[in-house]
Amino acid sequence: MTAAGRDAAAGAAAAAGAADVADAPAHPLLVLDPRELPVLDVARWRRDLVAAAQAGHRLVTLYGRRAEGGQVLLTAALLAGEELRVLRAAIDPAQGYPELTSEFPALHCFERELHEQHGVRFAEHPWLKPLRYEGGDQAAMSRYPFYRVDGKEVHEVAVGPIHAGVIEPGAFRFMCYGEHVLHLEIQLGYQHRGAERLLREGDPRRRAALVETLAGDSSVAHTWAYSAAVEALADAPPPPELAAQVARSRAVALELERVAMHLASLSGLAADVAFLPGASTYGRLRTAVINTTMRLCGSRLGRGAVRPGGVALRLSEDEAPAVRATLAALRADLALIDDAFLESRVVRHRLARVGVVTEELARELGLVGHAARASGCALDARAGGPYARPALERVTEARGDCLARARLRVRELAASLRWLEAALAEPCVWTPSAPAAAPPLRPHRLAISLVEGWRGEVVHCLETDAGGALLHYKAQDPSLRNWMGLAMAVRGNEISDFPICNKSFDLSYGGHDL
Amino acid sequence: MSLLKLLGVRRAQGQQALPSLREARPLGFHGRPALRAGDCAACDACVAACPTGAVSLPLAIDLGRCTFCDACARACPDARIELTNEVRMGATRREGLLVAAAPPGGEGARAAQTRIRADRALARRFGRSLKLRQVSAGGCNACELELNAVANVNFDLQRHGIEWVASPRHADALVLSGALTKGMRDAVRLCWDAMPEPKVLIAVGACAISGGLYDGAAGLDRSFLDEIPPSLYVPGCPPHPLTFINAVLDLLDRP
Repeated sequence: MTAAGRDAAAGAAAAAGAADVADAPAHPLLVLDPRELPVLDVARWRRDLVAAAQAGHRLVTLYGRRAEGGQVLLTAALLAGEELRVLRAAIDPAQGYPELTSEFPALHCFERELHEQHGVRFAEHPWLKPLRYEGGDQAAMSRYPFYRVDGKEVHEVAVGPIHAGVIEPGAFRFMCYGEHVLHLEIQLGYQHRGAERLLREGDPRRRAALVETLAGDSSVAHTWAYSAAVEALADAPPPPELAAQVARSRAVALELERVAMHLASLSGLAADVAFLPGASTYGRLRTAVINTTMRLCGSRLGRGAVRPGGVALRLSEDEAPAVRATLAALRADLALIDDAFLESRVVRHRLARVGVVTEELARELGLVGHAARASGCALDARAGGPYARPALERVTEARGDCLARARLRVRELAASLRWLEAALAEPCVWTPSAPAAAPPLRPHRLAISLVEGWRGEVVHCLETDAGGALLHYKAQDPSLRNWMGLAMAVRGNEISDFPICNKSFDLSYGGHDL
Repeated sequence: MSLLKLLGVRRAQGQQALPSLREARPLGFHGRPALRAGDCAACDACVAACPTGAVSLPLAIDLGRCTFCDACARACPDARIELTNEVRMGATRREGLLVAAAPPGGEGARAAQTRIRADRALARRFGRSLKLRQVSAGGCNACELELNAVANVNFDLQRHGIEWVASPRHADALVLSGALTKGMRDAVRLCWDAMPEPKVLIAVGACAISGGLYDGAAGLDRSFLDEIPPSLYVPGCPPHPLTFINAVLDLLDRP
């Protein structure tokens, strides 16, 4: 064990203190019988939601599903501390309810989705633009009446859906006064494949693999959220003697994913500010991390790393030292390039004070995960269990600019690497024990699980009917909420700074367009 | 000061490029399945386990649908299926992606099976310079990350005169990933039409090749592929950078 590993392990033991921290769940999870859930009338539901928001509870998701008699059942999940709770109401979509977006802009994506998917009416809603143009084609998307800024010298710059790099598609419409961006309207939906519907109605054997492709760079986060929900729905948790091993192996896979993707983002940021040693070095360090993931599960992107009911990683006693050595070498190399990157004048000059999102704005927009933490909001769903021992260090940055988002990545991946080294310093031999097929689900269950992926919280909500078949599957990537953060960050900046703002958020298009 | 730091980084990094893109076999990679010949009980366990309908009897695996998840190998009571770390899996025809039991004979036979036959005309035109334009049409960012990786300092495909370009006007090949969504139908067409002749289409990943996990999903429109057949198929979910690299080098008859 390295000196730092020993320190981290000692710190962890102290932090864990009482055993109950380590026994706490690794992430928020709620399971209940939806028949016991009161179905509120919409006025009461709305009042409760507003009261919860004022009490500091954070809304993590809001979605609708068709119910009997043409009604739409609204489900809102709130996080109070680490406890999830649910508020449910039934509405007539033609009547709708008085919109909440004006008062709580963070809800815009959910109300827009309710309108698009279920035709829920909102009187005087400020912005009912479709999220994804489900079922529509590009022509339908082009006909949308975009925002316009009037003025003789105002011009528009349209970019996309195909961009100049090897990345996913989405369109950006900048309204500019000279070089100065007045507003950016982001147009997504090009990646809409019908993933949620396929999860709900498609072949159950395909589910786990599909979940891995919701946002293909966050496979582990999504499959962990899915697996935890399925285990709760099926009353089939991993066997008690394996529970700690399962949790730790999942956390190891998730932290490897976080380290790899933070390195990918840093590499991209460095390339975008023409700091080429950073672009190449962060890129090649990522190779070492994803090759480690491949040794554990056969895939560089963590496919197959998590499955319901057991351990899915493979780590033999012979291989463990090589994995530890790779991570130790990585930490040494990383320190050098981090130092050069953050000290570099071009990096500081291009990233500092650019793309600022204040803490107040981040809260108002409901930003989550990495982008929220870079603006000073201490949101991190990684709770107890494997994260209590060894203890994981949580990081926030205050300034909310592109430099803060870069620095947060640097510090967060260092924290994850220290955690990984400490977690893998203890003897761990993993043999895949997850059953080949997911277990049958119990009837009348609603499970909501939330896992902190590298971008932020991944939320999966699954509900079963009287026969144990899936009634609803709502999968949510943090990108859904954070895209608006990018749009606001760009305001008042030069258009030439857009690429670095975009890379500093590094959001998923496919994860938004499910 | 900062120059000294950069020199320190440079010194610590050492030489990172893979010496040979042809020889490398990544440790632990789930790649080309090896199927053991002989009488299989045809018990159907592998077929039933496959999430994408890639496995059929008599035992064969369609790499164009396969996500390399290992489910068939674990289901087989006879251990007839093994995912090897062989990265060379590309093909120039769709049928070329069907893997049946390995022919008898050792490494030589396997090399013959895994090497794609070069296209003389393409090799003559693009053998020393091939410019690629990538379009993701429903890709999840896994294929995109791996395609980006072919140009990083480890794989450095540019050493062969093959590189990504930003404009379709500069491109010789369209590298398509994703299951082809309705939303991207027009954009893909526009990109293809903007590319000058001669041009080729390369389909990357199970989604692009067959729809993969999204086969039958409501948001797809794959009509473009009915019209323009790919000249090269690169299987995987996502494909390893070396799978893409070896397939392209084979096609261009590069050593």
